[in-house]
Amino acid sequence: MHLAQLNVARLRAPLDSPEIAEFVALLEPINKISDGSPGFVWRLKESEDDPQATVQHAYGDDLVINFSVWESRETLWNFVYRSAHLPVLQRRREWFLHVAEPYAVMWWIPEGHVPALAEGMERLELLRREGPTPRAFTFKDFHDAGDLLGGPGSSGGGDVLDGAAPSGGPYGSSEAASLPAAAEARK
Amino acid sequence: MNGDDLSAVAALNDPVRRAVYEYVVAQGREVGRNEAAEAVGVQRTLAAFHLDKLVEAGLLEPGFKRLGDRTGPGSGRPAKVYRRAPGERQVSVPPRDYRTLALVLAEAVDLLGGDERAAEAARRAGRRFAGGRGGPAGRGDAAQGPEPSEELGAVLGRRGYEPYEEDGRLRLRNCPFHVLAEEHPVLVCSMNLALCRGLLEGLGRDPERARSDPRPGECCVSLSINNDN
Repeated sequence: MHLAQLNVARLRAPLDSPEIAEFVALLEPINKISDGSPGFVWRLKESEDDPQATVQHAYGDDLVINFSVWESRETLWNFVYRSAHLPVLQRRREWFLHVAEPYAVMWWIPEGHVPALAEGMERLELLRREGPTPRAFTFKDFHDAGDLLGGPGSSGGGDVLDGAAPSGGPYGSSEAASLPAAAEARK
Repeated sequence: MNGDDLSAVAALNDPVRRAVYEYVVAQGREVGRNEAAEAVGVQRTLAAFHLDKLVEAGLLEPGFKRLGDRTGPGSGRPAKVYRRAPGERQVSVPPRDYRTLALVLAEAVDLLGGDERAAEAARRAGRRFAGGRGGPAGRGDAAQGPEPSEELGAVLGRRGYEPYEEDGRLRLRNCPFHVLAEEHPVLVCSMNLALCRGLLEGLGRDPERARSDPRPGECCVSLSINNDN
């Protein structure tokens, strides 16, 4: 399984305003670090040619969205908090508003699956609505991929999954495997 | 307080063993028996004894590695090597638990969006760490303190950062706030940067010498040794 991560941030001023110029200038170098990091799998890009282009979407002009897929919690963590991305994160207040509700969510996806933006926004909604669950969680309240299988009773980690659905297996079985947990989360 | 923590810490009571431990830790990599023996100035068998005692106590982790250039058949058995074990040991008499409270407070600061105020407080704390040198805020008169270059490293060392030099910068091998930084990385790393800048200020140096420069497995701050950032 791979780890999908989506985070959103509300701009203090329009993206093309001088207040946000420094942030825009940092997009290219930071995206380069992201894409070159160990464990990086995929990132939603608006453009292959314009490294400063942010993801276009219908969720509001002031919303900047990052959406990427990683091999593991550790590789994502090392990019977010243990690379030159951290100093940018530390300056976030210069460009973005403080929001009280969760603004970042992660969830497990089958390897090879390219998630759609709507799927990511639904996971964020799920996290905001129900709090952290195996289907939508955070670094702080992390869930291993194995938690998807066993429902609320098992917090045992990846062992269950390793036995039942080897990672890298066909999507069909992994998708099916997540269904009981999905049903559980909707109750 | 947990009994394992107490025995682990007690294992460091022997001065030779502590010297062996401190040598391994300071290298930030795997260390073989011969190297440790030479560094501490004891026989190889005695060094091996202490290294294995430190493994027993859970303070070091053993491994096996081919030392030297020879590989393949005839290069001999891999040598036993040692490095610091992950995890931390805490002993407090009588029992104290500042960590739990610090975690709760960090969460409160996060919820209140108070990280800028927290960084300001950390900067003041950093100035105090400098031991009352330099002036208060806005009066950091660099001219007053021609400090020997070791002093910054010594203060950071006393604070548990385990500084070492690399490419003209002081890097910090240990994060003294590790558990908090894992739970609240942006808040705690911002506070730590502010603290290091306050420390520089307190020593009468340019606070901008410290910058956020994270790497996996180390502290998030590095500091320039000479004056160019």
